[in-house]
Amino acid sequence: MKIYDLIILGGGPAGITAAIYAARKKLDFLVITLDIGGQAAWSGDIENYTGYQFITGPDLALKFQEHIDAFGIAVKMPERAVDIYKEGKLIKINTDLAEYCAKTAIIATGKRPRPLNVPGEAEFKNKGVTYCATCDGPVYKGKNVLVVGGGNSALDAAIQLAKICPQVHVVNMTEALTADSVMIEALNSFPNVTVHNDTMVKTIYGEAFAAGAILKKYGKEEDIRVEGVFIEIGLIPNSNFVSRLQTNEHNEIVVDCNNNTSIPGIFAAGDVTNVAEKQIIIACGEGSKACLAATAYLVRNKW
Amino acid sequence: MNIKVFSTQTCPYCHMAKDYLKAKNMPFVDVDVSSDAQGLEEMRKVSGQMGVPVIVIDNQVIVGFNKPKIDALINK
Repeated sequence: MKIYDLIILGGGPAGITAAIYAARKKLDFLVITLDIGGQAAWSGDIENYTGYQFITGPDLALKFQEHIDAFGIAVKMPERAVDIYKEGKLIKINTDLAEYCAKTAIIATGKRPRPLNVPGEAEFKNKGVTYCATCDGPVYKGKNVLVVGGGNSALDAAIQLAKICPQVHVVNMTEALTADSVMIEALNSFPNVTVHNDTMVKTIYGEAFAAGAILKKYGKEEDIRVEGVFIEIGLIPNSNFVSRLQTNEHNEIVVDCNNNTSIPGIFAAGDVTNVAEKQIIIACGEGSKACLAATAYLVRNKW
Repeated sequence: MNIKVFSTQTCPYCHMAKDYLKAKNMPFVDVDVSSDAQGLEEMRKVSGQMGVPVIVIDNQVIVGFNKPKIDALINK
């Protein structure tokens, strides 16, 4: 089996930045990812990424793609890591498609939307149930929709949808919306939005596609006819496959300030780690640090 | 070869898929399902789902920007 210098898992800001550094270090390396851009690709407007006063998430993802192409970086996509472990000096990575071997690895698999875990959610995924208003919102133009969540991302989704949908329901499990007041004011300016506080989604139902949801409020059930259900209740780290590494109570991979994980030679960067603050620019910086740390590790171990 | 891409303007993977086909010099018909209700209905029918992009190459349906699957069909 070929032994790479480095394998990078993930194609978001952290993984792509690590890859650019690895290309410039002339390492023999590979990127394994499900997509390019990661969470950045489905961010709305980005106004805090140095050098761009304004760029949309999709445009930034395209810039990442251009940057990868300019260096001719090898990317395996879509491919999902299922296990990573150390065997002697080497790191073994199993994916859903193949097995790989490397001297070092950087895990930069980011976070994914938190599922609601209610009946019908998995069945109607992409058939009415979605986790990305930026991507899928326009498909639901003219249809009644439901947004689950009460934070900023939920309200951002609800506001985008309120502009194109006749009726938007916001279902929030707490007694009041938790988004910033400026977002709540913006939401309240739409007459076609109904907020259901203290409410849970019990089930999502339909036939070939989602047709509605049963809500539960103080023990009372309400049937809401909607064709789209947007789930915006936060994020969880993509760390299920790293069972052999130390993680914290949020399932984030624990790293030190040099991006070392609990296994020497395996580094981690960005939102999948316990790094303080999850931001695109921080993930980029962490990806760069992780690659430099991996390079130093390669030199130290005299490969 | 007959290629159709069902997309929206805001979906990053739609842009990537279309850029990829352009780079490969593969002409395609672009259907914006956010403004074309008939196109949306067609996409639902052929793919059985509502996520974009959907790429149809000679009646073979690919959901999402899946480069290896696109390559396998256009290099046939």
